[in-house]
Amino acid sequence: MDTETKYRVIGTRPLRPDGVDKVTGRAVYGADVVLPRMAYGKILRSPHAHARIRHIDTSRAEALPGVLAVMTSRDLPDVSASSVAMGEGGDMNMRYASNNVMAHDKALYQGHAVAAVAATSPHIAAEALALIEVEYEVLTPVLDVRKAMEPDAPLLLEELYTDTGGEKSEKPSNIAQHLIAEEGDVEKGFAEAAVVVEREYVTQTVHQGYIEPHAAVAEWRADGQLTIWCSTQGAFAVREQCAAILQHPISQIKVIPTEIGGGFGGKINVYLEPVAAVLSKKTGRPIKMVMDRAEVLMATGPTPGGYIRVKMGADAEGNLTAAQAYLAYDAGGYPGSPVSAGCTTVFAPYKLRNVRIDGYDVVVNKPKSAAYRAPGATIAEFATETVVDEICEKLGMDPLEFRRKNSAEEGDWRPWGPPYTRIGHKECVEAAQASPHWNSPLEKEGPDGKRRGRGVASGYWMNWDGTSSCTGRLNPDGTVSLLEGSTDIGGTRASIAMQFAEAFGVDYEQVRPMVVDTDTVGYTDVTGGSRTTFGTGYAAHELAKQMQRDIIAKLASLWEVAPESITVNGPCYASNGNSATLQEVAKLLEENGQHVAAAVTVKGHNSSGAFGVHIADVEVDPETGKVDVIRYTAVQDAGKAIHPSYVEGQMQGGVTQGIGWALNEEYAYDEAGHLRNANLLDYRMPTTLDVPMIETIIVEVPNPGHPYGVRGAGEVPIVPPPAAIANAIYDAVGVRMRELPMSPPKVCEAILQKDE
Amino acid sequence: MATQLVSGKVAVSATINGEPTAWLCEPRETLLEVLRDRLGLTGSKEGCGNGNCGACNILLDGRLINSCCMLAVEAEGSTITTVEGIGRPEGLTPLQRCFLEEAALQCGFCTPGFLVAAQALLDKNPDPTEDEIRWWLAGNLCRCTGYDKIVRAVQKAAAEMRG
Repeated sequence: MDTETKYRVIGTRPLRPDGVDKVTGRAVYGADVVLPRMAYGKILRSPHAHARIRHIDTSRAEALPGVLAVMTSRDLPDVSASSVAMGEGGDMNMRYASNNVMAHDKALYQGHAVAAVAATSPHIAAEALALIEVEYEVLTPVLDVRKAMEPDAPLLLEELYTDTGGEKSEKPSNIAQHLIAEEGDVEKGFAEAAVVVEREYVTQTVHQGYIEPHAAVAEWRADGQLTIWCSTQGAFAVREQCAAILQHPISQIKVIPTEIGGGFGGKINVYLEPVAAVLSKKTGRPIKMVMDRAEVLMATGPTPGGYIRVKMGADAEGNLTAAQAYLAYDAGGYPGSPVSAGCTTVFAPYKLRNVRIDGYDVVVNKPKSAAYRAPGATIAEFATETVVDEICEKLGMDPLEFRRKNSAEEGDWRPWGPPYTRIGHKECVEAAQASPHWNSPLEKEGPDGKRRGRGVASGYWMNWDGTSSCTGRLNPDGTVSLLEGSTDIGGTRASIAMQFAEAFGVDYEQVRPMVVDTDTVGYTDVTGGSRTTFGTGYAAHELAKQMQRDIIAKLASLWEVAPESITVNGPCYASNGNSATLQEVAKLLEENGQHVAAAVTVKGHNSSGAFGVHIADVEVDPETGKVDVIRYTAVQDAGKAIHPSYVEGQMQGGVTQGIGWALNEEYAYDEAGHLRNANLLDYRMPTTLDVPMIETIIVEVPNPGHPYGVRGAGEVPIVPPPAAIANAIYDAVGVRMRELPMSPPKVCEAILQKDE
Repeated sequence: MATQLVSGKVAVSATINGEPTAWLCEPRETLLEVLRDRLGLTGSKEGCGNGNCGACNILLDGRLINSCCMLAVEAEGSTITTVEGIGRPEGLTPLQRCFLEEAALQCGFCTPGFLVAAQALLDKNPDPTEDEIRWWLAGNLCRCTGYDKIVRAVQKAAAEMRG
């Protein structure tokens, strides 16, 4: 059946239910929450990248009029090294998480929290911070991942040993983990190759860059009930982390998620919530804490830079014969970089039989890294996709044809996972080959001596399934209240309600979706891992089916017919001459004292991940090294696009973040480990002037693990841009860029070196 | 002139979204802080605190400004429009409606600033080119959309408003 006509609701573009609030300034975000008697918290942060905390004197701060309480890590319970599953953020050691919230004996990065103040106004709290005296023993910082791996490097965590397949190293190390994945025989594979290319890559730390700074309000009541309002990707993840860090019963913590002003992976870990909770307990008042932008950049987020080496070989016919990767990612001050995801995705687009991958998770004196849109994949695939471009050049092969020929398919091997189920990489390559962009010639000469070039790259992200819950109630007027645990960052109230409406046989407008707190709906994993429209949509589908069964059972009893005799056609129920629309059913049930309500939880349906193929045209100014993206097309397999505008929006937003990562964004540290660009002028995210319109082509290869074939759409599009742009730069000016960002000085230098 | 009081606070009055409004604030409070924390107008957002992101954009005497970069006491006697003052939930402006129809917002946090800025553009220039829209909105950061759908929404609203 033609998918265009198969569905009534899916594939249409209705307005989002939260839209009017968001275009009129009424939507309530984290910093907009106000409670009676509320006071304000602020955090004192370490000015040093690596220092032992000798002593903290808070007495002068406490004496300032208006100050209500001061806290340090002594006010946090001693948390044993238990771990909490954080979904896409990986498992988190809660002792490290506690120490990251407030430094215990050592500050491990500039901006690491060391104390906090509650006061009657944020200005007084800020004044009080200046009165706290901290005695530091400043230690040598380690900022570079390769230097941190050297045997004599200064140690960040004296008790950290390298874990290699469960084996601990003999001596403490900054390397937390060494991952190995092997398949086939790489030496044999390289021996069979006609062309082998091996290259090294260096990339820098970048930030998610959500426009809303972190914000939280906590109220710890005298009976021990703790309520937290915060901007988060996962209310349940906040509840679990706070329960562990505060050693407080999980049943006594309620997390109420506000609207969220962007997250991209960076609003999963807690920073302010436990601090606000402790200050609330100490003061007996609700405490509001809001970060400023410098705090956001210095102490939250980022995703690692790293050192990557990729070696790939192909035979004369253009078949890949072997691939090898070495990935060392900087985790920040505590273990937990996304290097395992980097290892999983580094060769994802390709059919490979001989592979060796080594991944290293390395602590350095930078903020503890957090998830960022396809965590770990972008820099890994930057390496692979530019090596593939060189192989194509050496073999004289078209880069899209090479990708089509070597494309991974259903049943192919992948590291640490079952073989691929049905995937759509090849279909994306073919759609790119057929695209208007690929079939439009590019004039190589630009204005004023500028040179133009075109590049392509593939990208993959795995679409995490996780757990999702939904609760539904049929209202007396025939509408449905749909309660969800997934925070809505980009229109998922709509995409989930659309799947419910489709399955329940009603119009989208009949469904009223709501994002609710942790006491009101079942456990739901974070909005991350490209899982929400996939996983919570799946739960909404199951909920609709369950509510339908319940309606049939109740109608059968009222109509005195066999349940199996009742037929359902859209919103109409009928049997043996009885018939009723859903609206009539709802009224009938109400009149008979009956109520239809259901709650479902869906966990762990196999998801197969999604691919994208991008085409970038750039214009390079050889005089300055400035690169402008002048045309861009993103092709992506969405499985089934529930709300095509929102899928396009994910693709365009991901591409733009990828363009920023490719060309401008980086953490600029000096040798002492001080971040020199902790503001949004110098941390240069793309503006309207830095990007063209982004053309999108949605491919739909249904995901066998979802009732409507949905694949996660959010993360894939950030993966290909750096490689597509690097390949386009080569096409334009003949230099191979192997460092990110490909900023004007680097491109200029590469051009000058080539000319010599 | 704003009136300095003994408490260290200053009495300030201005017209905000058409309503005569007065407040007391400390001289160090920014206009954004007063709008949000003293007057409950939380539609204007703080994304950076130093004029880099545009999430706090308002109109002050018809001029587009970053309200985080101005002290509230300087607003004495002025006429201010915030996002809450452009359209109502029951009667959206063409620009607000086009933002929804064109999916020009994802998280929605930067949206108030974009709406105020874009409205200021369309008030001056009813038929802007894509380049003119991009230049005008370059002071507003959005991390979600890649700007494509925002630019299209402004183009569509402009066309509708021209009739």
